[in-house]
Amino acid sequence: MRERVSDGPTEAMVASGRGRWGRFLLTWFALPSALLVALLFGAVMMLALGADPIAGYRALLEGAFGGSYALSSTAIQAVPLLLVGVGICIAFRANVFNIGGEGQIAMGGLLSAATALVFPDLPGFILMPLVLLAGALGGAIWGAIPGFFKANYNVNEILSTIMLNLVAVQVMNYLLAGPMVDQSPSSVGGLIPETKVLPASAQLPILISGTQLHLGVPIAVLVAIGVYILLWRTSFGFQIRSVGLSRSASAYAGMPVKRTITLAMTLSGAMCGLAGAILVFGSISHRMVSDGSLTGFTGSAGFNGIVVALFGGLNPLWTIVSAYLFGGMIVGGSALQVATGVPSDLVTALSGTIVVLVVSLEYLRRRARAQSLAVAGPRAAAPPPLPRNAPPLAAGGGGDQ
Amino acid sequence: MNQFFTVDVLTTTIASGIALATPFLLAALGETIGQRSGVINLGVDGIMLLGAFSTYYVELQTGNLLLAILAGTATGTLMGVITAFVSVTLKAEQGISGIGVYLFGLGFSSLLFQKLVGTPLPISTLPPVGIPGLDSIPLIGGMFFNQSLLVYLAFLLVPVATFVLNRTTYGLKIKAVGENPAAADSLGVSVALIRWSTVLIGCTFAGLAGAALLMYGGIFQINLTQSEGFIAVALVYFGAWRPVGVMFGSLLYGLVGVVILTWKSLGIIPLSASDLAATAPAVITVLALLFLARRFRQPAVLGRPYEREG
Amino acid sequence: MQRNRDRKLSLGLAAVVVALVAGACSGSSTPAPTVAPSPSPAAAASVAPSPSPAAPASVAPSPSPAPATLKVALVAPSAVNDLAFTQSMVEALNSLKTKYNLDIAISDNQFVVATAANVIQNYASQGYNLVIAHGSQYGSILQQLAPKFPNVSFAWGTAGSTYNLPNVFAYQVNSNEGGFVQGAMAALLSTSKVLGVIGPIAVGDAKLYVDGFCAGAKSIVASITCNPVYTGSFSDVSLMSAAATTFVANKADVLTGTAQAVVGAIGVAKTKNLPWFGTQWTQASLAPSQVVSSQVYNWAPILEQIFATIQAGKLGGATFTATLGNGGEQIQFNPGFNLPANVKAKADELIKGITEGTINVPQ
Repeated sequence: MRERVSDGPTEAMVASGRGRWGRFLLTWFALPSALLVALLFGAVMMLALGADPIAGYRALLEGAFGGSYALSSTAIQAVPLLLVGVGICIAFRANVFNIGGEGQIAMGGLLSAATALVFPDLPGFILMPLVLLAGALGGAIWGAIPGFFKANYNVNEILSTIMLNLVAVQVMNYLLAGPMVDQSPSSVGGLIPETKVLPASAQLPILISGTQLHLGVPIAVLVAIGVYILLWRTSFGFQIRSVGLSRSASAYAGMPVKRTITLAMTLSGAMCGLAGAILVFGSISHRMVSDGSLTGFTGSAGFNGIVVALFGGLNPLWTIVSAYLFGGMIVGGSALQVATGVPSDLVTALSGTIVVLVVSLEYLRRRARAQSLAVAGPRAAAPPPLPRNAPPLAAGGGGDQ
Repeated sequence: MNQFFTVDVLTTTIASGIALATPFLLAALGETIGQRSGVINLGVDGIMLLGAFSTYYVELQTGNLLLAILAGTATGTLMGVITAFVSVTLKAEQGISGIGVYLFGLGFSSLLFQKLVGTPLPISTLPPVGIPGLDSIPLIGGMFFNQSLLVYLAFLLVPVATFVLNRTTYGLKIKAVGENPAAADSLGVSVALIRWSTVLIGCTFAGLAGAALLMYGGIFQINLTQSEGFIAVALVYFGAWRPVGVMFGSLLYGLVGVVILTWKSLGIIPLSASDLAATAPAVITVLALLFLARRFRQPAVLGRPYEREG
Repeated sequence: MQRNRDRKLSLGLAAVVVALVAGACSGSSTPAPTVAPSPSPAAAASVAPSPSPAAPASVAPSPSPAPATLKVALVAPSAVNDLAFTQSMVEALNSLKTKYNLDIAISDNQFVVATAANVIQNYASQGYNLVIAHGSQYGSILQQLAPKFPNVSFAWGTAGSTYNLPNVFAYQVNSNEGGFVQGAMAALLSTSKVLGVIGPIAVGDAKLYVDGFCAGAKSIVASITCNPVYTGSFSDVSLMSAAATTFVANKADVLTGTAQAVVGAIGVAKTKNLPWFGTQWTQASLAPSQVVSSQVYNWAPILEQIFATIQAGKLGGATFTATLGNGGEQIQFNPGFNLPANVKAKADELIKGITEGTINVPQ
């Protein structure tokens, strides 16, 4: 099954060397075909596990996109993915590999919740922006540390972001079971690791009654648009992308390379921290709750956001679309589990498959373009859904410093 | 604190620190070899999960430990074929494809565990084997020479890897491909072939690391690794791409973890500081790197696919 | 040339993947049902004979016309067969399935709190009569959701607060009582007078059990060493194993622990052949000759009370506590462990004392 479908892009690749059509196909159908192959792969797995793939996918689609309630759930699920994804766009464009999203989300959630606990009486129009900013600040700090170490001491950011994730989970457990805990004992076991109900004035208001759609959704979309403008319409954005493409050339051009790297990681962390704040203040429970793990709070958005950013071609605008799709897959995954008994981990496995396929196709696409440019001349550049100049993700510590 | 410095406590602390470090070491050694040839594999954690599940499943079905460990290792090799194809042949962005492999391994191993096994059942693990003569040396014997065979294997692989990297033609080719692939290519070294081989070795080690992790706990559960594979990748940077450095990094990480647990059990660390003390391995590793590894340079083309000019 | 090789490789890859899938899934021709349909004998045997007058036929009218079938949804943080917290509730529900004509839906592994909130809300809007949120981290969700679904009954635990909502039940378990009994047994079994106690993080019923265990041990031997180690994670099997190994090195000769990842520590007890005390569900299957006893949560009596209350037309507002006294919590001795008679006698004495209220277990 997989074989037949993966022949498609290969055919396109073969054709693309000769003409515009193949390149067109590869450009515009690369991502959908990756999705299709992954879904077929999932169907095979469901069949092997004794489930009906058609019923499964129907449940997934209905759970994700069937009706206004499902659509709004998907939008809510997409918010942290989108914000993390946008943060990933910034970091990756600067050629810094931020896999510390999980910890940055948690720190953002913590700082925003702490702010609301300290200033419970502020009016909503001050408190709400304040907690969102506090969240962004919490994530920014947690992103700035690896950024600063990377820029100034060449400490590899993969190492430091992973380690900071491990630190963040313990800090979260400590704060939620200690200084920030809800003091009213509601259990014989003593305290539950959660804050008390946070001030209602800071809650993100529901926009459409009967759904869960809250203010966090338009905020996230606006932030994504803002980051697009930042990256492509400002000189700072140019610096980020330039440093991402070549540090040495940027330094030669007089750009502050170290500061750019630190700032890119800081901004990236701020996006994740904002996601954490929205997770807290857009939550149904109106508190910050921990189950003792980062995933329990973040829902793995720190990792899934990487997938989302990639699927959006490291472009914040496309990341909006991609976050919505992947949000739907996660929401639909639960429905799939209920309908067919196939654990929703299938969706995680499929996300992974999609990532692998997309990066594989990206090479074919790149090569097709190179060949067709050689044939058709430089003017024949189609609008690419994937980044034109995605930096080579040397996750390493800057060989050209 | 005095209770800590007794022979028994010190011996067991170090011995279990070594055992805890073994999965990190195996995975990080494999990653080192891959990175020396210029290929980053961030999918280690997912491959470890799949390796651990295969080991667990085969052991449950057959009761044969050797077969189980071989199955886990072979799963690593299989994932290596996919990783190498994507990273080397298709020249994909390695950082991202690795995340894909990780998610695939995480999801697929959880899925299979829930559908094929379900209830966590313990399996028998590798027994510790004393090395005759050495295991009776006071202090040292109990610390180092009464471990399971996988632990010996992992630490034996350190000098082997060092030797291969520094003293063999193959090792020279690996480093050449990682430093200057164009030059290596012009000398007739097949960049793709060398990288395929190092990725296969690396992923095989990752599968074995998964088996070692399973042997340590004796049971599988969803997300058994708890990101250990990512920590292993981090330890490669810590070890400055040298097998011995990687070994010290793994040992540091494992030992700090066990020392913290020991201190908690002795009451040296009060309960109130329990959570914060648990951050020690991570914090110490980052700080150590801050002071240690800055002098070392990474392989020049790390993470960059090789495209022949023209 | 290059292209051809790529093609061949991709064909090869496809074959490999197909083989991988086929190989991996070959054992799955008989799909395992998510929910074990038959109640385990242990659970069935341990249901306290509590009087439940209301037969399904004589259902009292509730705000929505009460159906003959009681539709119950369970949202749980770990797997249905985790040999611990979640399994205890699943088995209790299954044991009551026919008696109350239950229609049971289960969403397990809902460890992401935000996702669990969605699932709970979905069940509530899908016409379930009772939604059980089985985890103290879910309480705040009910606090917000329950008022929006006044015709649906909710239950959550382990906790003692209904938030003063008329359609929320709360249930809790005095796991310190069982911990106390097992701690006392541990103190008697230990020759080194050092106990190994392992927990995830120091909150909720894990802390309650651990504290009860140490209190029980100290009631026998005041000077006994009982320093609990909290590893900082519910799910890190390796850390739990390492903690157990550490304890053994520090001369601990009896072990206990609580959390899903405790299976790693039981492995150490098994290898070193040291007595192990389980909690939440029977762990005898994990180390048949090392598990001395397990404190088993039996939610069936509490569930029966909840069902009866619902059928009497009341949707919540009550808190239930499982204790040794009311059979909601039981010490299950493992016949595979050769327990000295004096230890068993002491345990029985303590259970009797706690049941009758003559022994007061500190919290």
